[in-house]
Amino acid sequence: MSRARLRAAGLVAPLAVFVGVTFAVPVVLMLVRSVYDPTVADVMPETLARLEEWDGRGAPGEPVYAAAAAELMRAADERTLGQVASRINRVQSGLRSVLVRTPRLLRETPAGARREALLDIDPDWGDPATWHAIRTAGDALTARHYLHAVDLDRATDGTIGRRPEEERVYLRLFARTFGVGLTVTALCLLLGYPIAYLIAHASPGNARWLLALVLVPFWTSLLVRTTSWIVLLQTQGVVNDLLVALGLVADGGRLALVHNMTGTLVAMTHILLPFMVLPLYSVMRGIPSRQMAAAASLGATFAQAFRRVYWPQTVSGVGAGSLLVFILALGYYITPALVGGQSGQLISNFIAYHMQTSLNWGLAGALGGILLAAVAALYLVYDRAVGIENMRLG
Amino acid sequence: MSGCDEGLLERIDPATLAAAPDGTPATDDFLPDTLLECSVGTLFYSTVFAYNDERMPGEKPATLEDFFDLERFPGRRGMRRTPLVNLEFALMADGVPVEAVYEVLDTPEGLDRALRKLDSIKPEVVWWEAGAQPPQMLADGEVVMSTAYNGRIFNAQVLEQQPLVIVWDGQVLDIGQLGIVAGTRNLDAALEFVRFASTAPSMAAVSSHIAYSPARRSGLALVGTHADTGIEMMPHMPTYAENTRRVLNSDWLCWSDQMDAMNERFSAWLAQ
Repeated sequence: MSRARLRAAGLVAPLAVFVGVTFAVPVVLMLVRSVYDPTVADVMPETLARLEEWDGRGAPGEPVYAAAAAELMRAADERTLGQVASRINRVQSGLRSVLVRTPRLLRETPAGARREALLDIDPDWGDPATWHAIRTAGDALTARHYLHAVDLDRATDGTIGRRPEEERVYLRLFARTFGVGLTVTALCLLLGYPIAYLIAHASPGNARWLLALVLVPFWTSLLVRTTSWIVLLQTQGVVNDLLVALGLVADGGRLALVHNMTGTLVAMTHILLPFMVLPLYSVMRGIPSRQMAAAASLGATFAQAFRRVYWPQTVSGVGAGSLLVFILALGYYITPALVGGQSGQLISNFIAYHMQTSLNWGLAGALGGILLAAVAALYLVYDRAVGIENMRLG
Repeated sequence: MSGCDEGLLERIDPATLAAAPDGTPATDDFLPDTLLECSVGTLFYSTVFAYNDERMPGEKPATLEDFFDLERFPGRRGMRRTPLVNLEFALMADGVPVEAVYEVLDTPEGLDRALRKLDSIKPEVVWWEAGAQPPQMLADGEVVMSTAYNGRIFNAQVLEQQPLVIVWDGQVLDIGQLGIVAGTRNLDAALEFVRFASTAPSMAAVSSHIAYSPARRSGLALVGTHADTGIEMMPHMPTYAENTRRVLNSDWLCWSDQMDAMNERFSAWLAQ
């Protein structure tokens, strides 16, 4: 390798390492977690091996019980029992306390048949569903998180079906997330295009001020902007007060503008607007205003000139702005959580919940994996349709 | 509790905790169920519901049933966006006696019943996430009633002179605990802090700032007046006799089993 190339590689190395450690590796680790979790398999290998011979109907035989009793006691000593119990509890809700209680009580029972001892501790030990749950959770390599993430479930006989109506959550959330993303993108384009046009073709003095109006909110903290919208939009807020004062709305009939979908769309559009305006502005600044005048002098109406001369030259900015706003909107969760109310939760809120609260990282990884795949697919479609090299980000 | 089983927390031997000022050993002084294998309960806090007295001109709500009564008390309600406590409130308001709440909730029919009860007020509910939101929403008139942590309402009452009123009926009592992250390098210092924070005077000192009550009898006996305003703290405590005519002790065992499943049911219900 030449010295010049070595030096170039040396210059990008810090960035490459930084991106690798903070971005690529965590993404890969989460994706691995979404399909691979050896916790139960590591702690209960004997039980799982014995369960291989079980026909899946009725309670298994004494060897399975003996293995389970021994391995649960050992897990309690090594304090890995809680992790195992929480994994199995995710497959069959309610088993956590049974599993945690069992070794504690087993210590007080005399040696002998473990099957009777376990059944005495909790009748759940006689339920085939318990053993199915242990077997399912014991699959180290599994697709169950992805099934869960699209509201499917594998029955004990191996067939895949939809979850019961009252447990379906995620497909609806994916649909809502994409719906909100598309709506916000459309609103940003509708509002941002004229603003960018105005700034790009204003006199330099005016353009500076107009640009500041776009950039100052952009530099303001996300939380501040979101909570300001609550102040503005709430029932006793500025907007409603104004409407009542103007006599447009009765005092008793104040509008519900926040803690619902309206609030989410307003706040997200406002927060993401600069991401649309800036790429559009950078593209439009490069279009000489004389072109429109020339088109007019050749007999084109304003609409014709706009459609045939101006718009085609801004498509790369529209594409860049839309892609940026849409992808950012897919990942939004603080704003929807604060102003979204009942219908405002998006899929990211659930990824955060499973990362931070339920600690079901397998499911969080699967939900994130699906979102990532959707964004990657979108990117490819964009590349095919517009060509990614035509994208202008400013 | 789950953290202890998962090996995330250090074990704390209750025998090493400080005795009461009169010499009663810690294990006899702490109230029942406040000492666990890996954590020490220090204060009781409660989820109650409250209303803004100025915005409730006529009849005032007095029972948990009133919270669910949209006919007599129309208007928006604030509730925390979680199944926790809300399902218990719903069952109690639906006529389930306190001692049977978790038994009923542990069955599929009980869960359905709780969600049906919540259905009756669902269109009027504003869901909150952070404990600071309910006093704000009540003061702003964004909601007419809201569930809230009793200490937050207390602070709004005495520090900001907000005309908020707590309805103690059907309160759900929970316990704040101290635990130590397993494997810490500063185990001795952490244990020392837990010992200090769980003495009766420490607990009583916390209770002179916010209306959460000590987890040991000797601490409760030391509760006096509010540090800033000098008002008597006892009547504001969630464990004060007047306030506990109907009180439910939150069952962490039930929730550690059911939280994930309940949360998915609840989210699906919210999205409908």
